[in-house]
Amino acid sequence: MNKTRLQLMLCGGTGCDSTGSEKVRIALLQEIEKHGLSEEVQIIVTGCNGFCAVGPVMVVQPEGIFYQKIQPEDAKELVDSHFLKGTPIQRLMYKNPANKKIIPKMDDIPFFSSQVFRAMRNKGLIDPEVIDEYIARDGYFAAAKALNEMSPDDIIKEMLESGLRGRGGAGFPAGMKWRFAKEAQGDVKYVLCNADEGDPGAFMDRSILESDPHSVIEGMIIAAKAINAHKGYIYCRSEYPLAVKRLNIAIEQAKNYGLLGEDILGSGFEFDVEVYQGAGAFVCGEETALMRSIEGKRGMPIPRPPFPAHKGLWKKPTILNNVETLANVPQIILNGGKWYASVGTATSKGTKVFALSGDVCNIGLVEVPMGTTIRKLVYDIGGGVPDKRKFKAVQLGGPSGGCVPEQYLDTPIDYEEITKVGAIMGSGGAIVMDNTTCMVDMARYFMDFIQDESCGKCTPCREGTKRILTLLENMCKGKGQPGDIEQLEELCEVVKHSSLCGLGQTASNPVLSTLKYFRDEYEAHIFDKTCPAKTCPALVKFEVDPNKCKMCGLCFKGCPADAIQWEKKAVAVIDKTKCIKCMSCYDRCKFDAIM
Amino acid sequence: MKNSIRPKHPDITSEMWDTIDEIIAKWKNTPGSVITVLRECQDVVRYLPSELLHYISYGMGLPLSQVFGVATFYSFFSLTPKGRHTIKVCTGTACYVKGIKETINRIYGKYNLKEGGTTEDRRFSLEGVRCLGACGLAPVMVVNKDVHGAVSADKVVQILEKYE
Repeated sequence: MNKTRLQLMLCGGTGCDSTGSEKVRIALLQEIEKHGLSEEVQIIVTGCNGFCAVGPVMVVQPEGIFYQKIQPEDAKELVDSHFLKGTPIQRLMYKNPANKKIIPKMDDIPFFSSQVFRAMRNKGLIDPEVIDEYIARDGYFAAAKALNEMSPDDIIKEMLESGLRGRGGAGFPAGMKWRFAKEAQGDVKYVLCNADEGDPGAFMDRSILESDPHSVIEGMIIAAKAINAHKGYIYCRSEYPLAVKRLNIAIEQAKNYGLLGEDILGSGFEFDVEVYQGAGAFVCGEETALMRSIEGKRGMPIPRPPFPAHKGLWKKPTILNNVETLANVPQIILNGGKWYASVGTATSKGTKVFALSGDVCNIGLVEVPMGTTIRKLVYDIGGGVPDKRKFKAVQLGGPSGGCVPEQYLDTPIDYEEITKVGAIMGSGGAIVMDNTTCMVDMARYFMDFIQDESCGKCTPCREGTKRILTLLENMCKGKGQPGDIEQLEELCEVVKHSSLCGLGQTASNPVLSTLKYFRDEYEAHIFDKTCPAKTCPALVKFEVDPNKCKMCGLCFKGCPADAIQWEKKAVAVIDKTKCIKCMSCYDRCKFDAIM
Repeated sequence: MKNSIRPKHPDITSEMWDTIDEIIAKWKNTPGSVITVLRECQDVVRYLPSELLHYISYGMGLPLSQVFGVATFYSFFSLTPKGRHTIKVCTGTACYVKGIKETINRIYGKYNLKEGGTTEDRRFSLEGVRCLGACGLAPVMVVNKDVHGAVSADKVVQILEKYE
């Protein structure tokens, strides 16, 4: 690697890529060449930076200047003013929404400064397609240590000491899983990485795979040594083509460097990894279903025991760890389990990555120490709810999780504490919802997802989720009956306690948690036939409140069905025979005049 | 495999059959490779007609029930023809909260196209997909390989009209 005067760390993650970072790269390259700066200024396309909300983003190193929302037209000014004359461009810097002050350096922006990077320690710092850059950041040192200096028991001891728990959601101690597999009898064993990140609203695994694929491969090598496995699979969902591409590049490079294959680093240990692409089935995130899928079968779970540690893939002892879990492993081996456990709460150690999205100012990926409060996550890092709306709840854990309302915002991030308030840690999706989100509709949304993804093997999940969905749909359509809530509760309990796998057992969580905290909204839907958040079209009257209408005509201009009559200085009128209930008028009205 | 057993199908040309034979030959002896074979074959034909599934089952030496079982289980596989342009609308939570439902309704209003369907002229196919992991751009729509962020109901038709 040549050391240049300036390194432009341009984000090439999925978010920035779709807002045009590739065009920015070409424009910058042209300008740099035009000024003969190719020897001095180097563009490095990195994986996801995490601050997806303001993409495309670029960090100029070594100064650490953070630029956001860069357009190709800005390239000329960037080169002229910043890279040649040394005057950074304020226009493209981050502005603190609270006081409008410009914050030039990335490390000073609240979104970044409250974070602790462990699983994501290399994000935005290395080119994920160049193995040397990973090695320069102590990459594969841990693998070398594990292979040459440590016994399987030493590795497991460090893992247990670190307290690292499965980051896929269930929170089972990784070290314990490894010990079971190590002790299991068998000549052939497997190490699997679960990169089938299916929870809607979770994208931390994608980001890690795109920005630092080698950390996951290194984690797998260490796991392989611990249980004496020689073959591994990374089960990645096909919706993540960039992650698959980068993983394959990383595996190829690791093979060329002798870090995968026979006799790794002269240790005599053999291990090989292959990427296996999923084909779009949420249930394949469940461990036994994932293994069936690799075997080329329908991805249906099987009852446990036998546990995968004894009889997993092709009935051989197998461990399955999530991407984020594996990305933490190399540092635990390098710095020791005690170091890792120095951060966190009594039962949850280390850090957790969250994908913050929904109605929040700073959408993106954040890594925080366990024990951080949810309030800090949403307000200090996330910047709170935009457009002066009111916070309503944050949904943690996706379709298996639940909502955390305002009064529990001070709950620390900890597997047990979050479960107590009715949500789960889950894989780390954190979707913020403001007061325009209907909680009944939200529960309906998750149930729709679950019943669609239910594999159909066991009756409670297959039929139960359908019945729950029907009840919720009726409520949203204004056809809810007295007694529906009680029936809903009963069904949820049955599905929870009698389903075969985790998908069904947790399927009712979104309903139960919204019932617990927002029962009044359910009641309003059933008894008053109104939707307090005005999200359910069937319960909106589509009439204009003449007392609130300011006669601005915005609704008229936006109506795709020509159903609104309006003239200047007159209250708008909606023709219900033409209205298609698309909510366009409601969304446009700034005065809340659509009833 | 001999040409004589290739079934006739209007959507599969003889070059496509050659590629399909190569795919089957490549994976025939790898256990658990049926999903990969189906994916690669779907890339060639753009969907999986039942004649093709019969052919794969024969070529791979697998029971037809297993091949059909896998093809119908995973949402990635389609047994019906696809349009020239595939619209994928993200129905993940973040996109849902940000209003993808209105966008989908607008697509239906304009093209009479529902999730999982194809327009009569085979111009568009619409798929609802689970989280694309681009929640920062919600609501997200992918047309072929182009990602479109912040696709409000008002913008969607304008974007789609560019795809003939």
